[in-house]
Amino acid sequence: MPTRRDFLKGLGATAAVAVTAGAVSVSASGHGEHHGPEIYEESYGVLTDLTKCVGCRQCEWACNEENKLRPSEPVESLEDQSIFDKFRRPDDERYTVVNRYKGKGLGGSDMFVKVQCMHCDYPPCVSACLVGALKKDPWGPVTYDAWKCIGCRYCMQACPWQIPAYEYNNLVTPRVMKCTMCFSRTTTEHEPKPDIKPSNFLGRGLPPQEKGEPSGKAPACVSACPQEAMIFGKRSELLEIAHERIKKHPDRYIDHVLGEHEVGGTAWMYIYNQPFNDIDFPKDMPDESPAALLESIQHGIFKKFASPVMLFGACATLMHVNGFFKHGDKHDTEGGSDHE
Amino acid sequence: MIQKGGPIMSNNSHAAIVKPPFFTPGVCVVAIIALIGLTGIGARFLFGLGHVTNLNNQFPWGLWIGVDVACGVALAAGGFTSAFIAEILMKEDFHDIVRPALLTAMLGYTFVGLGVFVDIGRSYNIWHMLLPSMWSPNSALFEVGMCVSCYLTVLYIEFLPIALERFKDRVPWPAVNGILHFLDRIMKKVIWIFIILGVMLSCMHQSSLGALNVIAVTKIHPLWWSPILPMLFLLSAFCVGPSMVIFESGISMRSFGIPYHYESPVLAKLGKFLPFLLIVYFTAKLVDMLNRETWVYLVDGSFEGKMFMLEVTIGVILPFCIFVSEKLRNSFVWLWAAAMMVVAGVVLNRVNVFITGVNPVYQDMTGRYSPKGWEWCVTIGCICIIVLIARLIILNLPVIHALEGGHEHE
Ligand code: SF4
Ligand code: SF4
Repeated sequence: MPTRRDFLKGLGATAAVAVTAGAVSVSASGHGEHHGPEIYEESYGVLTDLTKCVGCRQCEWACNEENKLRPSEPVESLEDQSIFDKFRRPDDERYTVVNRYKGKGLGGSDMFVKVQCMHCDYPPCVSACLVGALKKDPWGPVTYDAWKCIGCRYCMQACPWQIPAYEYNNLVTPRVMKCTMCFSRTTTEHEPKPDIKPSNFLGRGLPPQEKGEPSGKAPACVSACPQEAMIFGKRSELLEIAHERIKKHPDRYIDHVLGEHEVGGTAWMYIYNQPFNDIDFPKDMPDESPAALLESIQHGIFKKFASPVMLFGACATLMHVNGFFKHGDKHDTEGGSDHE
Repeated sequence: MIQKGGPIMSNNSHAAIVKPPFFTPGVCVVAIIALIGLTGIGARFLFGLGHVTNLNNQFPWGLWIGVDVACGVALAAGGFTSAFIAEILMKEDFHDIVRPALLTAMLGYTFVGLGVFVDIGRSYNIWHMLLPSMWSPNSALFEVGMCVSCYLTVLYIEFLPIALERFKDRVPWPAVNGILHFLDRIMKKVIWIFIILGVMLSCMHQSSLGALNVIAVTKIHPLWWSPILPMLFLLSAFCVGPSMVIFESGISMRSFGIPYHYESPVLAKLGKFLPFLLIVYFTAKLVDMLNRETWVYLVDGSFEGKMFMLEVTIGVILPFCIFVSEKLRNSFVWLWAAAMMVVAGVVLNRVNVFITGVNPVYQDMTGRYSPKGWEWCVTIGCICIIVLIARLIILNLPVIHALEGGHEHE
């Protein structure tokens, strides 16, 4: 007959497993072995120079046209200056918005800030998605596949820039809406998706993950900007340009490129003339992607399934020691009967 | 097996227990709330998430994830903890609590599944997470989803013998009966695998559930965000499991008219181990707090600070004081109250991590999230549905020993 000591021993063993798992997780969090999704050395991005933006919102319009977001909106709406009275965020009908900050620009002029998905190099949204609906294309953009999405909205919870929006009012086919860097425009090989066939449901012949090479065309908003406030190009070159500009005009810019290091670096970057925190970019961004932290914890705990398997073994041993198997047919199970 | 529990199985009391009818006035109230909940689910699928919830782009997760899923998973921890004590450590005294705990776990996880199904935007795609071609091992939610669906299956399998016990030799068709007996024999051979799998899968997803919000490092209040969230969730699940068993036994003894002396000695024994579990959980929380120096938020007078204090006082400190005292422990009212506090504390904790503690970057734009009436309807209604199903099963299958008293000594 097992005694209370065995009971405590058992508890101790479990606690030990738990604590080990925890310890592994903590120690693993220190040094991330994982470097996120595959990404080309020469990946592309966009550099936005906010000192050049005049708030004409041509980029918003170009985005609307390219992605067919609000087909009924008249082009005259661009004239409407009152839209700046309210602070706006990208939503389910707008991949990008421009906000006005009165008197915060150069020499006390108004400043305008365009926001959209940052296309992080180690995107938390991609790491979060449990069905792989969000993907980082190695050349730059973070894309979304509504066909796979189950609508759990974990990506929205995960995004540190608070970008993805959800079509809450779409009853049957709600989508996560966010900038795709105009994927179908900026990418060459863009395989059309096959029809949904029964064989797809067995996991074979699923729509291939769209992947391609840059076509050389810039995203619609970049092309539309009359001020050339945005440059599309290789990220490394953009960084060079950014630092060069900052060096040349130390009075015009502060010495920081937003997106160079934030959350592991982003494809879309900004330069401007005052601390970014003043213009509503999220504060206290870590340099390491939150995804790296979580992934190293999770992979630390479940490394090669060692801890679950150990736990299984420990339980089986305990069961054996405690005589679970000795009773033969009589043994008690949750279902078995207690009769003798 | 002869019960060794002495007073627990005092034979004479069996005669005193009469099975109550399914419907009592209380049950009717529950049934009405359940109906309202069903209407809420109907509304969600007829009009969409936008109409029945207050979710927005700042707060993508609300009541359904915070309560239905996070609390549901935590409160169903009674299943694996009691299986561990009674089946793996083979503590025979605790055998009577295994079946009710198994039932609650099974129904609890069904509730979780239902909650997820209602909450996600494309419910018809829910099976995508099981498709190997879409597996995303980097995602904590993938881990949770896989483990929960596997565990739900395991729970149904574990419950099978109970149904078999009820129906074998009572069906009029010999062929069916043969199958039932065959299944029963197989189950006896393999049940141990499922018992251990249940414990293993539980430990895995209880912790992964905590891992979910680790990625939202910039949004979760520092009092609750922590790199050891997975461990804290697991440790609190260890605490809430036995507490939930005590809590539910109290309710079911009451509603099925079983005298308290019947099970309370076993439950008091269970209560004896709670101080250890609570102190481990508390230590982990404390060390984490000192380590990250988050105690400054406790004294800054903020709402979050107060919620944290409340959570720890109700959920850990007070019940700890009650559970350590032998005198209080042996009084069923105190035992039950302490267990209820642990349960309330863990519910508070999950709600804090998933709702109260969430501070999205642009929340001023939309205001803080507070659930819409429909969301409450669905959550409370689903709980009522589960309670009704539980009652139906308990009255018809051999789940609670006392109700099956007649079987005991055949
Ligand atoms: S900004 Fe947000 S949505 Fe865009 S890639 Fe980064 S995490 Fe994903
Ligand atoms: S909402 Fe869709 S895209 Fe976002 S994490 Fe869930 S399944 Fe992935």
